[in-house]
Amino acid sequence: MVTRPLRQAVGAHYGWKDWLAQRVTAVVMAVYTLLVLGIALWNGGVDYALWKALFANGAWKLATFVFMLALCWHAWIGVRDIWMDYVKPVGLRLALEALTVLALAAYVGWTVQILWGAR
Amino acid sequence: MSALDRPVVRPRPVYLNLIGIRLPLPGIVSFLHRVSGAVLFLLGIPLLLLAVQCSLGSAEQFASLRSALAHPLGKLVTIGFVWAYLHHFCAGIRFLLLDLHVADDLAPARRSSAAVLAVSLALTLVVGVRLW
Repeated sequence: MVTRPLRQAVGAHYGWKDWLAQRVTAVVMAVYTLLVLGIALWNGGVDYALWKALFANGAWKLATFVFMLALCWHAWIGVRDIWMDYVKPVGLRLALEALTVLALAAYVGWTVQILWGAR
Repeated sequence: MSALDRPVVRPRPVYLNLIGIRLPLPGIVSFLHRVSGAVLFLLGIPLLLLAVQCSLGSAEQFASLRSALAHPLGKLVTIGFVWAYLHHFCAGIRFLLLDLHVADDLAPARRSSAAVLAVSLALTLVVGVRLW
């Protein structure tokens, strides 16, 4: 009789989609990083007026939001891998993973407040 | 069943002496990639958001953030995060290339891991020199 190993609630997600997502989000973040660097170098530094104008631009707000989503998705996979490698008790691992998700959700919420909140 | 047919059973689990193993350079780069990633997640993202929020608040807040970052302690923290970001960035590009089977033989992979360490440290040095 063939017995399959039990799937763990907080084990690996048995697929390559996280692996792929980590790489796609990495490329998105790399492009955004080079954009920020390019803008800073092109203008010979960043002063308040330029910075304010940049973040008043709708397209830049959206690009920044997409960067932040990519960052949080990327960080979720990476941090989850760390918990999976070093934390063996299932309960503790689940708790840490849950805290990670909450932190990332808070980061995204904070980003929305910064980008579209009243100032 | 003759002795020849019997599968070789190795004693398991195998315990590795982690302290006795010398981690090769690609292993060090990989571990630092993980460490820098963890630091960026735990401290880097909230500090970045705090800085962006502050910088967009008003011209005075923008200036006070500038002066906080100009403080020696602010500079040290900045350099630390710049290294973490640069190392994570460079090591990440290396992993992407390895995934595409670029330079994934043993010798080139060792050379590229040395390059990642060198480039991220050199760029951090450039930023550090400009800051001081």
